Amino acid sequence: MQELTTTRHNLHIDPSMAVWGWEIPVYLFLGGMVAGMMIISGYFLFSKRYKETNCACYTLPIISLILLSVGMFALFLDLEHKLFVWRLYTTFKIASPMSWGAWILILVYPIIIANLLIGPPQFLINKFPKISLVTTYINQRPRLIQNIGVANMLLGGLLGVYTGVLLSTMAARPLWNSSMLWVLFLVSGLSTAAAFVHMIAKNVKERELLAKADNGFLTIEIFVIALMIIGLLTSTRVHIDAAELLLSGAYAPVFWVFVVGMGIIIPLIIQLLAVNHKIKHTPIAPIMVIIGGLILRFVIVSAGQHSHWLNAHFK
Amino acid sequence: MARFGMVIDTKKCVGCMDCVVACKTENNVPEGYNRDWIVTVANGKFPDIHLEIQSQRCNHCDSTPCVSCCPTGASHVEEFGKIVLVTHNMCIGCKACVAACPYDARFVNPEGYADKCTFCIHRVEKSELPACVSVCPTHCMYFGDLDDPNSEVSKLIASRKNHTLIPEAGTSPRIYYLT
Repeated sequence: MQELTTTRHNLHIDPSMAVWGWEIPVYLFLGGMVAGMMIISGYFLFSKRYKETNCACYTLPIISLILLSVGMFALFLDLEHKLFVWRLYTTFKIASPMSWGAWILILVYPIIIANLLIGPPQFLINKFPKISLVTTYINQRPRLIQNIGVANMLLGGLLGVYTGVLLSTMAARPLWNSSMLWVLFLVSGLSTAAAFVHMIAKNVKERELLAKADNGFLTIEIFVIALMIIGLLTSTRVHIDAAELLLSGAYAPVFWVFVVGMGIIIPLIIQLLAVNHKIKHTPIAPIMVIIGGLILRFVIVSAGQHSHWLNAHFK
Repeated sequence: MARFGMVIDTKKCVGCMDCVVACKTENNVPEGYNRDWIVTVANGKFPDIHLEIQSQRCNHCDSTPCVSCCPTGASHVEEFGKIVLVTHNMCIGCKACVAACPYDARFVNPEGYADKCTFCIHRVEKSELPACVSVCPTHCMYFGDLDDPNSEVSKLIASRKNHTLIPEAGTSPRIYYLT
C-alpha cells in the first residue's frame, strides 16, 4: 500500500500544477518563431541576398515586430500583478532566465527595427517620409547592412535559446529539466520561421532554399526530441516518469499525433517530395509545421507542470 | 545571524490541523488557499503498514530555486533568520517561483502576488513563536536557530532519527521530521 493524502487544495497547484495557461505557450511559440525569422532575415542580409528586390528580409521585420508584440502581450496577460510589470526593468537578476529574457526583448526590438529600415514597407514611408533618409543612409553602406544581419542572427539566437532555458532551469519540473530543451525550442523556432517564409516567399529560389532548410530543421528536431527523451529515460525515477508522460501517459496522443506525426514527419515527407519536384509547393506542409510548433509548446508547458518530484516517494 | 528552521515530531503529530487554522487566522490567508497543510503518508503491506503525519509548509531552503528564478528580486532571503520571503509590491505575478518550488509550497494570492509561509516573521521578530508552533496541542513542533548547536531544534536533529522532504531535489530544506 502506498498512499498520500493532503489537506491542501490551492488553486492551480492541486491536484496538479497548472499556473501557466495558454499565454506562456503562445508567448514561447511566437518568441521562438520570431527568433527563427531574425536568424533567417539576418542570414539574407549577411549573404547579400537583400540585393534582390523581393527578398523576404524586407517583409520579415514587420511581421516579426507584430508577432513579437502579440507574444509579449500574451506574456503581459499572464502576469497576476500587471501594474508592477515595470519592476522587470528596475533590476537585472543574473540567475533569473526571466530577467535575461526581459532585457533580451528590449534589445531585440531595435535590431528588428534596424532591419526594417533597410527596406521599409510603402505605407510606413507614406506616413513617415523622413524614414527614406535613414533608408538611403543605410543602403549606401553595405557593411552596415551585413552588421545588422549579424546582429539579427545573434539576438535571434539568444531569443530562441532563452525560450527554452526559461523552462529548463526549473529543476522542480523534471520534464523541463533537460539540457536539450533549449536546442529543441531553438530548432523548432527556426523550423516554424522557415515554414512561414516558405509559405510567403515571392522569390522562387528563396522558397526552394527555405523548404530545404526546413527539411533540415525538421530532421534535426526529430533527433533532438529523441535525445531529450533518452536523456530523461536514463536519469532518475522522476525524470523517467516525466518522459513517460510523453511516451505513454496522458500527453502521449497529442504529442505523437500532432507534434511528431502531423507537425514533423508528414510535412517533412510532403516537403521532401516538393523539393524533389515530385509535387508542387503548397501551404499545407508549412501550416502543419507551424501548428505543430505551437502544439509542441502547449504540450511541453502543460506536461512539464504536471511532472513532479513527489512521485519519487511512490516507486 | 540566526538561521531559523523547524523540527516536527511525527510520533506526536495527530493531524488535528490546529496549525493550519492558526496560520490562516494569523496571516489572513485567503479562502481556498493554505500556507501550511497536513499530509498523511502511508507505506507498507498489511499488517506491516507505516503511517506518518506531516505538517507541511515552505521549507525555507538553504538553496532557493524560487529566489534565484525571480526576475525582480521580490522573492528573497531575509537577513533576519535567513527566512525566505516575497516583497508583495515588487512581485509581478509571473509565477516562475511557483513552478520552481519542488514542494509546491507557493500559490498566487488573489491580490496578484506569490504567497507562502513566512515563518510568521512578524511574530518571530518579537521573540514569539510562529502561530502554527504556538498552538500545537501535542507540542510536536519546534522552532529555533539551526546554527546554534545548543538550540532545541539542533539538539533534536542531533539526537533523533529524522528526514527532510525530497532531499534529492538538492534544495537543503530547513524543516526536519522526527521519525
